[in-house]
Amino acid sequence: MPTDDERLALYGAQTRIRLFEKRAYDLFLRNLVKGTSHLSLGQEAIAAGFAVAMRPDDYTFATYRGHAHVLARGAPMAAVMAELLGRDTGLMAGKGGSMHLTSVRHGAMGSYAIVGAHLPIAVGAAWSAQYRGSGQVAVCFFGDGATNIGAFHEALNLAVVWELPVVFVCENNLYMEYTPIAAVTAVPRPAADRAAAYGLDAVVVDGNDADAVHTVAAESLTRARDGGGPSLIEALTYRHGGHSRADPAKYRPPQEVDAWLARDPVTAYRERLLKHGVPPEVLDGLEAEARQAVDKATQSAVAAPPPSPGRLLSQVWANGGASWRG
Amino acid sequence: MARLTYREAVRRAIAQEMRRDERVVFLGEDVAAAGGVFKATPGLLEEFGPRRVRDTPISEQAILGAAMGAAMTGLRPVAEIMFSDFLAVCWDIVANEIAKTRYMTDGQISLPLVIRTANGGGLRFGAQHSQSVENWAMAVPGLKVVAPADPADLIGLFAAAVRDPDPVLFFEQKSLYPVRGEVPDGELLDTLGTARVLRNGADATLVALAAMVPRALAAAELLAADGIGCTVVDLRCLVPLDVTTVLDAVAITGRLFTVEENPRLCGWGAEVASLAAEEAYGALTGPIVRITTPHIPLPAANILEDLAMPSAARIADTVRKSLG
Repeated sequence: MPTDDERLALYGAQTRIRLFEKRAYDLFLRNLVKGTSHLSLGQEAIAAGFAVAMRPDDYTFATYRGHAHVLARGAPMAAVMAELLGRDTGLMAGKGGSMHLTSVRHGAMGSYAIVGAHLPIAVGAAWSAQYRGSGQVAVCFFGDGATNIGAFHEALNLAVVWELPVVFVCENNLYMEYTPIAAVTAVPRPAADRAAAYGLDAVVVDGNDADAVHTVAAESLTRARDGGGPSLIEALTYRHGGHSRADPAKYRPPQEVDAWLARDPVTAYRERLLKHGVPPEVLDGLEAEARQAVDKATQSAVAAPPPSPGRLLSQVWANGGASWRG
Repeated sequence: MARLTYREAVRRAIAQEMRRDERVVFLGEDVAAAGGVFKATPGLLEEFGPRRVRDTPISEQAILGAAMGAAMTGLRPVAEIMFSDFLAVCWDIVANEIAKTRYMTDGQISLPLVIRTANGGGLRFGAQHSQSVENWAMAVPGLKVVAPADPADLIGLFAAAVRDPDPVLFFEQKSLYPVRGEVPDGELLDTLGTARVLRNGADATLVALAAMVPRALAAAELLAADGIGCTVVDLRCLVPLDVTTVLDAVAITGRLFTVEENPRLCGWGAEVASLAAEEAYGALTGPIVRITTPHIPLPAANILEDLAMPSAARIADTVRKSLG
């Protein structure tokens, strides 16, 4: 179980992500965010639970639904917001966008938009950590849909064979894009039921409970750091909105949506901490802090200039340029 | 100086770089204990141990994903994809991940890695184990593309690829594995993006790559007997592309012929031809001519495969007819 300090950190992280994602949604509606975007509203406890348990030099590999994970690792909110708005001050100077948030100095080693592709890449980072004896762990988050793509299976097999320090975390929000995962998967638990195929324990956790996620995270991280090899964790959760900006999510039964909204991870966690004796003003303070940070990030991102045209032909190669001529 | 086969050069090249730099690791299917299906990597496991030379499952996405993840976190992996045809199995990792990550992250992530792969035809393996696919790689921004034609170049260019901070696809033409060449002693280090003029002549420029280089040279011999002088350029790298060397040769001869093992459409020669047309138009005294494999899957039977790939005789005939 997390300590009292860790619990405050878990609440703070969840609140920051919640308020950031709500603001991001508002900015889509105002057409300040172009392209597509995939929010983690409702899934905050998983990002928070892991990030609080991780060492600062551990690696996070996220998907296109990655705002939460990159923020949870400590990437500056203003730079994340600016990246969504396509500004010069964005995390990647506007060259990646919402689906590719990366902040290497915070251990956020990329957000990957081809489903399943980053599982083998996380395996490689774990291999490198093992090779260098650095004690780092790679944590790879992916959706339930990724469990049906070949790269998932290739990555799990190699990670187990090489006993690598990697934690695979399936954020099972019950829908692969618009289709129920159960309708297209041979087993009821898309990740946990596959664990036995790789000699791993089937671990299912309530992904809407930051304490439970933190506990499982701490165990799997310790196991990986101690040379115990990979873990596969299935965290059950639900997104409050659609798959992406374009999706009103009308395919989900209203009773199901209501039941999950009633299990909102952020409000439930607040209630738990209050019951635990945390003074409400402490939680209010964390919330006010988060709100302020989001406001400030929004103001600075909106005011920031667009990327200079010179960015276009930069950083294809390590020499900073884009020339293909010898 | 030693006379090594192209196959032996592979082993020497990998060993040279692994001895030099502890961060260099090598992975692939059957590369360690078995020494590679083309027997290009024997002895590396014995010298460098199982920590640095690793057999993998038949999981091309995992092989290249592992190489990418290792490269972004401090190692300099060399990954083998046994046949270049199998790049299609893991093209997502190559084209969507490895090629784009530096740009998308605005330089936060560097990927110093090398993907070695046995490329091309001539071994009667049929359509799924014989393709020349270097033009696939050339078409994706963010990848460097190397294809050496002789053992000394292979070692020097491989060393340059390993030490390069960007991802490199390193095509070893499998029909060249048994071919011998002079290799200087000691450490070899070459420069990516530099073509080499192998022969000078005043009448035609033949630009070739990998296994087509010895055939272009043989064609130049045949043509010399007819009094036609050829300049033969070994391109060696497609990205970076040494445009200057090619256009300088065209400026002298006025005629450009590309000799390509890849199927016709969108082969690298089309890019070279367009560069010459755009940037050396005034120097041209006749049409640019591409000599390629027809636009077909490669057949297995020896007589058909030989017909498909440009031969010295076909190259010479084409040049002769074109020069009229």
